This record gives sequence, C-alpha cells and structure tokens, in this order.
Amino acid sequence: MAASEPVLSVENLTRHFTGRRGLPGRPAPAVRAVDGVSFQLHAGETLGIVGESGCGKSTLARMIVGLETPTSGVVRFRGTDVHSVRGRQARELRRRVQIVLQDPYTSLNPRRTVRELLRQPFEIHRDLLPRKQQAARIAELVELVGLDPDHLDRYPFQFSGGQRQRIGIARALALSPDVIVCDEPVSALDVSIQAQVVNLFQRLQRELGLAYVFIAHDLSVVRHISDRVGVMYLGKLAELGSRRDVYDNPRHPYTSALLSAVPMPDPQLRGRRTRRLLEGDPPSPVDPPSGCRFRTRCWRATDECATVEPLLAGDDRHRQAFACHHPMPVQADPATA
Amino acid sequence: MAETTVAAPRRPAEGAPVLSVRDLCVEFDTRDGVRPVVQDVSLDVYAGRTLAVLGESGSGKSVTARSVMGLIDPPGRITGGQVLFEGRDLVRASAEERRLISGERIAIVFQDALSALNPVFSVGEQIAELLRTRRGMSRRAAAARAVELMARVRIPAAQRRAKEYPHQFSGGMRQRAMIAMALALEPTVLIADEPTTALDVTVQAQIMDLLLDLQDETGMGMILITHDLGVVAETADTLAVMYAGRIVERGRVDDVFARPAHPYTRGLLHSIPRLDREEEALWAIPGSPPTVLNRVTGCAFAGRCDVAVDLCTTSRPELAELRPAGRASACHRHEEVLHGRV
Repeated sequence: MAASEPVLSVENLTRHFTGRRGLPGRPAPAVRAVDGVSFQLHAGETLGIVGESGCGKSTLARMIVGLETPTSGVVRFRGTDVHSVRGRQARELRRRVQIVLQDPYTSLNPRRTVRELLRQPFEIHRDLLPRKQQAARIAELVELVGLDPDHLDRYPFQFSGGQRQRIGIARALALSPDVIVCDEPVSALDVSIQAQVVNLFQRLQRELGLAYVFIAHDLSVVRHISDRVGVMYLGKLAELGSRRDVYDNPRHPYTSALLSAVPMPDPQLRGRRTRRLLEGDPPSPVDPPSGCRFRTRCWRATDECATVEPLLAGDDRHRQAFACHHPMPVQADPATA
Repeated sequence: MAETTVAAPRRPAEGAPVLSVRDLCVEFDTRDGVRPVVQDVSLDVYAGRTLAVLGESGSGKSVTARSVMGLIDPPGRITGGQVLFEGRDLVRASAEERRLISGERIAIVFQDALSALNPVFSVGEQIAELLRTRRGMSRRAAAARAVELMARVRIPAAQRRAKEYPHQFSGGMRQRAMIAMALALEPTVLIADEPTTALDVTVQAQIMDLLLDLQDETGMGMILITHDLGVVAETADTLAVMYAGRIVERGRVDDVFARPAHPYTRGLLHSIPRLDREEEALWAIPGSPPTVLNRVTGCAFAGRCDVAVDLCTTSRPELAELRPAGRASACHRHEEVLHGRV
C-alpha cells in the first residue's frame, strides 16, 4: 500500500482565524486552529483522527473538502492542489472528496424530501448523469445505505437520527467519491444506532473502495474503524501511526493519557486498571504554550519542552511518528512476550 | 497528574434505601393526545452507593430524575406512584415541604452547566447566595464557605476564581462549580443527569473521579443518569436499564454486565466497540427505539429483538424478580437469555 500514490495528501496544513480586532496597540489575536498538519491517505484506507474539542479536527475536515481555505499548506487529491484549481476542474475535485457531518438534524434541508435531497448533487454536477438515469441512481443509493425506498417522499423530520445519517451518507455517495471525510458521524447517535452506522461505513468501504478520514472523539469507535490513527492536540498531530501501534503502544504521553481516560465497559476491571488523570483542560489555541503544546498538562515535561518544539518524527524501530522529547517507553508486545 | 486506580467495586449496601421510587408514572400532553413517558418505574438509592439509570434518548431516564426533584411541569405530570424520602412521599408533599427537600436534601447536577448557572453573578456569589438564603449564613461566612466548596471540587485558585463569571470557566470547571453548588447544602442524595456527556474524555475522567471521592467522603447516595456503558461499569454499584419509558432490567452492575437477562441490555453490551477487543463487524441492534408517540402493545423492544416470539408482540412482560435479590428482567424469555440459551 505504501508504494502506491496516495489518494489524498495533506501537507503542512495551517488555518489561523484572526479576530476582527485586538486590544488597542496590539495585533488581533489569531486562533491557530490547525497549525501544520501533514498526512497521506491511500485508496481504500481509513485514517482516524482523534482529539478533544478545540484540537482543530473539524477545521481540518473542512479544509480537506474545500469548505475552508487554508492559511498555508496544501491539500492534494491525486497530486492536484485542491485549493488552487478553479472552475470545472475544481468542481470535478469537489465531487471526488465528500463530507458527512455530525448532525443529520441540521445538515439536511428540512423542506426537501429525501428524493429532492438526493437529486441535488446531480443538479449541481449536471454533466454527470443524464436526467433519465437519476431516478435509477437515487434508488440505488437508497438501497445501498439501507433506507426504505417507499420513504423517498418523506421529509427529514420524519426520520430517526440514524436514518437521517443514512440520508447524509447517501448524499455523500451520490457522486461516487473516492474519499469521504466523516466529521463525528456517529457522535449524535444513540448507542444502539451507532453500531448500525459504523457497520454501514465499513460495508460501503468494502463494496466501493472508499477511503475515509474518520474524525471522532470516541476512541473506541475510531480504533474499530481505522487502519491508521492520528492524535491531535491544539492544532497539531501529537502522534500518527498504525492503529495497532498507536493504541497498543502509545509513545506520546497525551495519547497514553487519552487512552487511559476512556472508561471501559467491564466492571471486572475495577480496582485493577490504573489511569492517569490529566489536570485541567487543553489551553486556548489563541495563545498556545511555547515549545510542546502539551507540556502544561504533561507529567514528563522538562525545561527543554518549553523551549524546543518537538517535531513529529518516527524512530527507526517503531513506525509510528510522535512529537515528543520524552516519549513513553515501548511496551513489550504481549504477543511475543 | 496522578496515577489513580479505577475505584474498586463497593460491598453491597446494607439497611434501608435513603430514597425509593415506587411505580412512578409520568404523562405528557402532546398534540396527538396524552402519552405515557415513564411507566411503573421503581428504584432504590442507598447511602454511599451509586445507582446508574442507563438508557438512550427518549427512554425516560431524565424525566425520572426530574420527577424525583419535583421538576415536572405542564405539559407533563406525575400520574401515579411515590417518591419516598425520609418517611415522606414527595409526590404528595406540599409545595413548602418539597422546597425544603429538593435542592437541599436531594440535589441535582445537569449535563449543561452553562445554562444552569446564572451568567450575571460570579460563581462564588451564586454558591454563597444559596448558603445565605437556605442556611442563613452571613455574607462574609457564605463567601468564605463558597471558596472552600470550590476548592473541595478541585477548582484551582478557588479564591480568585470565585470572583469570575460562568463564561470565564471551561466546561470542566463549570461542571465542578455545579457540583460545588449541589454539595453546598450537604444533600443526602445527588442526582447526576449526564454529568460528563458534554465533556472531553480526559475531563470526564476527572469529574467522575471527583464525584466518587466526594461520595466516599460524604456518604451521599447517587443516581447517575447516563447512556455511557463505560461510565456505568466504572462508577456505579447497581444499574437500571430503561427502554421506552420502562425499566427492562436491573441488578448489580457486575452481574448485569457479566450475564444480561434482557435482550436489549445484551444487544447494547455487544454493540459497543471496545478498546480491549477486536471485532470484524459490530453487533447491531436493528431498527430504532420507539418514540413516545408510537408506543406499542406487547414488549416495546419486540420489533428489534433477536429472540422475540409471538407472545412478545401481544403481551407485555412484567419486570420479574430473579436471583440474586435485586435482579430483575422484563422479558418473556429472561431465563433463556440469562443462561445464554438463546
């Protein structure tokens, strides 16, 4: 897989939001929402992105699909810079990279029926499919995501949350994309519905060869669905690697603390499992700490961490990359130990 | 940044419960007529122990919590049952009696601390006001006590932060302030309604750790309303699972997780991905929960159930007591489910 050309490549992507004005005599403060993120996504692969609120994961998603213009950096789809192309070519690229949002309650126009909602993509991309074939394609989409074909003339409010998310997914699939960016796609759903939608994402990937950027704060869901995982903290990637490496052998202290904070649905582990409690909340991205951004909450931090920013880099033996001067020790592999 | 151990389970409670809900029924008027939202719910809360009420949206778990607090307003109303607390039935208590109990002896912490706090008073003032009106403390003593309470819920620099306003607090700190306020009058029972749902996972861990420590210190009984199976497994002693307005299963947490006796509980436990397990595809409960408007005859879960039989669509199973004591399931096939025979 590594040898093939990535379908999506994100290079040093940055987005700063500048306030209207700052204090008198001072420049307007900038929110450094995303601050130099790089990764590659290969065809048919799922890259999970985890992180807490304010880490910049949604801004990252919006930049990848072109809803947000980067301050600097490049998003390439099969080698072409998504943000530099215009007109017909831009439309073509947009079609190939789609997004599914968290909230199916607000991301669908309440005054359109499902049929109309699913026809919309073809009205925007008129050259793609002759009008006569649209009905058949809509029927196909509805079947693909497991919606009842008899409900095509219903409005979004007549559906449950899970079904609405299926409508959102069908819309994203309408133009046969190669990449879908999923921004918290199951967070608003009830537990019993989450599993249905997660399974749907996985089935669609198998059947259609889709690549996903799957952004979520639920570490268990991300682990389940991802091939590789990136951990974001205050606009930067703290760690990036295969799902197995990141979850079984976290090297960045933040990843380690994040994983230990997840409550396990197994009462037998009580009294036996230890957890590292981080203090406080993530600092504001308006004025992030110098050096390593995690150092203010890190129990391993030294003076070096305040002055020298650690760069995302791998070590030779272990393939995952991490941005830390004092990484967690490598755990013995339980399979070989 | 301490290493802590996930709290070990507590011994089963002894003695009488501090709060009992008996056969609670709550209805709401809707455009389509009167609809039952909570039906025949019974719960027992013990001192120093946590009862989790687990359910998905629309299951009636929050309405149950609000009923205990006397916070059901039209178009909703309690139509039956009792809330027994210190020898009184709160459902039939006078407004004055209720006022003295709810908020004081029984306190509640909501999910959304920002809308529960008053934006125009400092956090310290809000806690102090409670102490002045309810405890008759002087302005100075109340202010000092407010700072103490804020320090107790581990708000750093409590003295300074007491003068700040809710919008200056982060989500986690606001939730701590809410907890400080709830604890101000030393309640016997604390109801925590999705206390960590809006919070990030590292902050959730801090808040749950704090709540358990405070419970150990004060011996208060706790009702934890949640949809998170992980939070239940790590913090609760007993568990009631609600579905479509009714309790479908209850028991000790370790019992229920090890051997669920209702297919809904079993389905929920199977459907969540876990950090310590690998699965190809997740077990998924088909369909979606019935809404308040389309409640059915028979078992409300029958349409989604993998072991439903004809009986389930015609006759509603009662919540049957099982062993060990306190264990119950509302399923016609509970014995088979419990023993893994279906």
